Formats: sequence, C-alpha cells, structure tokens
Amino acid sequence: MAGLTIDRVGMIFQLPSGGEVEALRDVTFDLQPGELLTVLGPSGCGKTTLLNIIAGFLMPTSGTATFGTGEIAGPSSARVKVDEMIVGPSSERGMVFQQGALFEWMTVSENIGFGPSMKGTPKGEIADIVDRYLNTVGLQGFGEKAVYELSGGMQQRVALARCLANEPELILMDEPLGALDALTREKMQGLILKIWDETGKTIALITHSVEEALFLGERVFVMAPRPGRIEKEYRLPFAKRGLAESLRDIKVTDEYTEKREEILSLIWEMEEDIMGKRELAPEGAGG
Amino acid sequence: MSEQEHEHDISPLRKLLAKLGLVKVGVEARKAVSFGDPSAAVGGLFWSILSVLLVFLLWSLAVHYELASPIFMPPPADVLTQFWLLVSEGFRGSTLWEHLGISLYRLLFGFILGCVFGIPIGFAMGLSKVTRGFFDPIVEFMRPIPPLALIPLSIIWLGIGDASKIFLLFLAALWIMVLAARSGVQSIRISKIHAAYTLGASKSQLLIKVILPNALPEIFTGMRVAMGVCWGTLVAAELVGADAGIGFMITVAGKYLETGLVFVGIIIIGIIGAAIDVAMRKVEAHMIPWKGKA
Repeated sequence: MAGLTIDRVGMIFQLPSGGEVEALRDVTFDLQPGELLTVLGPSGCGKTTLLNIIAGFLMPTSGTATFGTGEIAGPSSARVKVDEMIVGPSSERGMVFQQGALFEWMTVSENIGFGPSMKGTPKGEIADIVDRYLNTVGLQGFGEKAVYELSGGMQQRVALARCLANEPELILMDEPLGALDALTREKMQGLILKIWDETGKTIALITHSVEEALFLGERVFVMAPRPGRIEKEYRLPFAKRGLAESLRDIKVTDEYTEKREEILSLIWEMEEDIMGKRELAPEGAGG
Repeated sequence: MSEQEHEHDISPLRKLLAKLGLVKVGVEARKAVSFGDPSAAVGGLFWSILSVLLVFLLWSLAVHYELASPIFMPPPADVLTQFWLLVSEGFRGSTLWEHLGISLYRLLFGFILGCVFGIPIGFAMGLSKVTRGFFDPIVEFMRPIPPLALIPLSIIWLGIGDASKIFLLFLAALWIMVLAARSGVQSIRISKIHAAYTLGASKSQLLIKVILPNALPEIFTGMRVAMGVCWGTLVAAELVGADAGIGFMITVAGKYLETGLVFVGIIIIGIIGAAIDVAMRKVEAHMIPWKGKA
C-alpha cells in the first residue's frame, strides 16, 4: 500500500479577466496507508481543488503531490524521472463524486463492473466482483435495476461499489453525501466507516458538514479560504469509536460536542474575517 | 365520507367515464385544488372525439347549406370517394402507394444522409477546439437559411429529379443534427468524465461507453425535429418540379381544381407526419429509457 505526500502544493488560477485567484498556498501533509481523512472548510477554501490535484485532474502551479514512489503531476517535471511520473488520473486513486456521476444508460451491475471491464477482465470474473461489492454496500438483488430507479442514497451506494470494484489504493470522496437527506446520510456515514474498517483502504473525504467531518475523520483538516490553506489539523477518536458504537450515541457525548463547538467557532471566525462582522450579526442584518 | 374510493369499487361505467375525462376518480377526485395542477389537464378523450365530430359537422353543414361552392369545399362524401378512387386506380399513372413510396424514399434517404454526416460533425465540434472553430462559421451561416430558399439552387445544380430533393432534405436535416450532437456531447457532467478516467477508461472507451450514450437523448430529440422539418420540406419541394410523390399529387390536383383530391392529399400528409412522430417517440422510449430521468 502506498502513502500520499503533499509537499508545499500551491495552485493559482489565472482568471480570463486578467486577475488571479490563489486557490491553494503551501499545502503540506502526509497520508499513511489505511488512514481516514476528512477535509472541512467553507466554500472557496480550495478543498475540491486539492482533491482534484490528488486525483490527477489538475496540476498544481507549485509543489508536488506524490503517491507511493511516483509523482502524480508536477510543475517542474525536470526534477522527476519520467518513468516515475504518473501524470493524470489513474485507477489506483478512485473517486466517489456527488450524485449524478453514475452512467444512467447502464444497469447497477454494469456501473459497478465498469472499471474491471475497461481493463478487459473476463465476464465471469466481473460478475463475481459485482456480486461481492453489491453485498458490501447492501444492494443484493438490485443488480439489474436501472440507476434512475434507485433513491439518492442507493445511487451513492452504487457509486461506492463502482469505486471499490476497481480496487483503488486511495479513495477520494468529493462531498459524496451532500445531496442526501439527514437520515440516509447517517446510514451512509456508518457504511463508509464499515468499508474503511473492512477493506483497510486509505480514504480522503471532503465535506462541508462539521458533524460528518468529526464522525468520519481520524484526521480532520479545517481549511481556510483566500488563499486556500490548512488552518488546523485534528486527530480524533470518533471514527474508530463509530465502528463499535452507534454514531447517535457518540453525538451526545461531551467530548464530541466540545470538539464540534470548537471547530464551528473556528469556521465562524473565518467567515467573519471574510464577510465582515456587520453582515453576519444576528440582529439588524435584515435577512 | 372518510373511505377512499378503491380501484375495485369503481363501476365499469365510472371507469369508462373517467377514461373519457368526464368524471374524476381516485386521488384526482380528492384534490381540493386542481386549477394549475398539470395532472388536471391530462386525458380529455371525450373532448377530443367531440372536436373531431364538430369539424365534420361544420364541414357537412357548410356544404349542405351551400355556404361555399363544391369547388372550394367539397362534401365529405366526395372526399371519401376521391380517396377510394386514389386507392383503387391511382393518380397520373402511379398508384397511391407509388406516390407515397417515392415520397418516403426521398424523405428517408435525405434524413439518413443528414444524420450520417451531421452526427459525426457535431461530435467533432463538441470534442475539439479545432473542429469547433472550423465548422462554426459554416454551421452558423447555413443554419438559419430555410431549406425552401435553397430549392431554386438545388434545381439549378441537380435538376428536378430525386437528387435535388434528397439534397434539400439532407441540408434540412444536417444542421439540426450537427447542433443536436454537439450539444449532446457538451451536456455531459464533468464528474462522469472524471469517473470514467479514474476507473481506467482510455479515450476511445470514454467516447464509446460514456460520451456517445450520454449524447443519445439530445441526438434523438434532434432526429425528431429533423424528421418534422424534412417532411415539411419534402412536400414543398415536390410542389416545385416533380413527376411523382404526395406533394406532386396535390399540386396537380390543385391545378385542375380537383379540390376533393387536394383534401385527400392534405389529410394523408397530416396523418403520415403524425405517425412518423409517434413511431419515433416509441423507438425513443424503447432505446433511451433513462431520458429525462437522470
């Protein structure tokens, strides 16, 4: 299993109007195999940009992202031997997207088997893989259904299974539960913990829900905007505990509420710095 | 009354009346507000039947009271007779089926040519800056020109035979299909593309397994529009310089004031146009069941 190293990564977008936006500045961290990381932050803090760099969809303007021994993509390729470059996306880094990334013209099974079939895996083997991951996400018997016949929560289970079926070493999740209702969301959080525990995969998940970040993050990065950077890192016990206890019991412990309030006030401070205190004052704002 | 009306409680008569749109049953009957609710304006079969009967009634009355001379407004019975004569004896040396056959042949030939060229061009435009830039001025210039405006040119270039009509229909379908395919390609969510890449798809696999099926709903909508435009263009093209075809038939009939036959032609053109669209919608529902549900 390979680890992920992000070294002084910066990303500056040139705007068509002539200006530029510093989406990421000097982001540095390591992710060990089997770790579960959540990235939390207000919109515009560069969390999706960071994930896209790790996935290989974007190349940073400075710094390097390395997975195992290969550099994912870098601005100064002269420093890296060509045969060690993994430029662009690769199937070792899977990604679960928000709703709408499934292929509606395929059945649930065809979606899950998409990765293996791209590699030319024999049909019989694909069927076994599909069955196994239908089981993992609790969708036995739904293989022949059309994607659009499923509820939002079930569609995201298919998305998880499709990613897992490709056997990635690192799973990136871009607000995968963002569009789900609260109840379904809690069930899915439990499922993600279970999959992390059973497969031992390295997972990095971005979210804008503080609760979700706390539940699912062994490590939590709170990111700040303008320029996008990691403001604070937490190492939390809730994800490990969530494997044995119910998430709802954890939610009412003092330790959990304390951490939640701490992170919430950190984010509020950031918002106030950007928006100005007057606009966010509870009274006299006029809506 | 607290009990809901159940399916098996409804008498056959009420079911029939509900089908005709004269009474409401089930949930519809329990809705306290219905004005503005789209489901309140579905399925008024009785009123459809009434409107057709009314047209025939007014037509018969107009003829009966001699509001218009038979040359302007032939009686329904006359039109039926003309239809029967057309079916049994044909018109100007060709049977009805030969006239229809030649029209449908031109229609399909031109339409299919338009698809065969239009869809790949649209794909190329949707996938590359070079092809987009190259074809853009041509497409944007040709698209707003009504196909009928090209009839004289097509006759000068290709004469009055089949070739000029097929060429015209090809042009009528081409630009519609180019735009439909282009927007089908570009309507894809970037996360679908990214998902396919992380699952190990190559560019050609991406094109065939993801981009093409994703574009099918818009391509099909384009085909329906193109088919409608082609049918209209064809009939107009056959009015000018043709020796067979359904459009030719009504032109000649019109010249000799055979108004009954003109009516027959118009009715046939309307029915075939509607039948083509119904057939295409059936094929669409079968081939692209996910349309509008993504």
